[in-house]
Amino acid sequence: MFSNFFSFASPQAFYPVAGRMIPWFGWSAALLALAGLYIGFFVAPTDATQGESYRIIFIHVPAAWMSMFIYLVMALWAGLGLVLNTRLSGMMASALAPTGAMFTFVALWSGALWGKPTWGTYWVWDARLTSELILLFLYLGYMALKEAIEDPQRADRAGAILALVGVVNIPIIYFSVQWWNTLHQGASVSLTKAPSMAMTMLAGMLVMALAAWMYAIAVSLARVRAIILERERGRDMAWVRSMVNA
Amino acid sequence: MTAAFAAVLRRDLLVALRRKGDALNVLIFFVIVASLFPLGTGAEPGQLRTMAAGVIWVGALLAALLSLPRLFAADLADGTLEQMLVSAQPLPAVVAAKVAAHWLSTGLPLALIAPVLGLQYGLPSDALLVLLGAVLLGTPVLSLVGAAGAALTLGVRGAGVLTGLLVLPLCVPALVFGAGALTASLSGLAPGPHLSLLGALLAVSLPLGLWAACAALRVALD
Amino acid sequence: MNWGGAAEFFAMGGHGAFVWGSYAVSALCIALEAWLVARRNRRARAA
Repeated sequence: MFSNFFSFASPQAFYPVAGRMIPWFGWSAALLALAGLYIGFFVAPTDATQGESYRIIFIHVPAAWMSMFIYLVMALWAGLGLVLNTRLSGMMASALAPTGAMFTFVALWSGALWGKPTWGTYWVWDARLTSELILLFLYLGYMALKEAIEDPQRADRAGAILALVGVVNIPIIYFSVQWWNTLHQGASVSLTKAPSMAMTMLAGMLVMALAAWMYAIAVSLARVRAIILERERGRDMAWVRSMVNA
Repeated sequence: MTAAFAAVLRRDLLVALRRKGDALNVLIFFVIVASLFPLGTGAEPGQLRTMAAGVIWVGALLAALLSLPRLFAADLADGTLEQMLVSAQPLPAVVAAKVAAHWLSTGLPLALIAPVLGLQYGLPSDALLVLLGAVLLGTPVLSLVGAAGAALTLGVRGAGVLTGLLVLPLCVPALVFGAGALTASLSGLAPGPHLSLLGALLAVSLPLGLWAACAALRVALD
Repeated sequence: MNWGGAAEFFAMGGHGAFVWGSYAVSALCIALEAWLVARRNRRARAA
């Protein structure tokens, strides 16, 4: 079973498999997003305290969840690549980083636009928003490091070390920012302080989170295919030709 | 292992002593940064006092960052680093010695001069002590995280700015707890919890930073 | 159903700019990423 499993760990074997999986994940993402938006805008009731502006939650919270989840998955692939020395793992980690950074940006942007009608200001130095900003910096540092190192094997390994250090640091950073926040702001505003969240609101959020998850898988599989082609070009031109012409 | 640690530590300190200018420049940079802030914000005493912690900590962070390229780059250029990697001495001991030497030649002077800058900002004497303690506890964290960052970017083009990009976000906890100790002391609260957290952070950074720096050096010189 | 009509739907209780601003930028980001990845694949195949 394991030999079977590891045969997919070869980039050349994974390339066509990824290609077949992309439409499934892509269409699930689209359908789930439609369902989630329908629930979010037409089924979920108006919030008693925030009015209609709370509907940003259906993009904000899934994006924030995905931004953290993708960093974890990225660190997992990076660590696997470091320990097992499989080439595909490093490529997966590379493919995930831009998607994670995109979701982090979306979470920050929607958070700012939610803050304005809710708290009267675009930016609050709230523990969550601040941690999310630092998470964006971590993604940018990871991508900059991988970009700067020319040898892909070395870039993968160096990036893996950074991702692992980052993943240990994220809880510490979150804790420290929360500590700092309580010190400086007294009672801080909390983003998800919905006293009684209606079931339909929660359902819309979960469906949207699922859609974001499926999208992240589809787009990073597509990106890993491009990375495989780019990297195999220097190693196995005959294989690349057979894939491009297929 | 202790022999390797001691030997590398002595060698690096000797190198630092012969090139006093490098360490001195870092200190001067720190003093200049901290002295520019009041010129930009105005020198109202109450405002200066609330700013002091942040300015001094960010200044120390930037100064430590400037000194990082020296950590491994010179040894890489003359081949010493490669010898250290292939030698029988355990790499963590060698890296720990280099980090210790870096702290002694930059972190410690930064910590010693920080209270003087605190005077510029009108801090009371007990706050100056807290500042000294916090910077003493916090700068080793900067050296450790910085060593990992310097090792990751070793020999990479644009290494200087890139190191900052990698290291600065990871230093947020040190900044929060370090500056927090001073702020707490100024507002009449006990700085103890902040200093304890800073110590805990150091305890976490020690194995993590050494591991990352060693692994990154092996990758860089593979 | 929450809305009395299209106008009410787009107004979002007076917060339309914030709600639609965040959804529009999110959609833009996703579309941009998908396009960039598709272009990267095209170039990797063509090169």
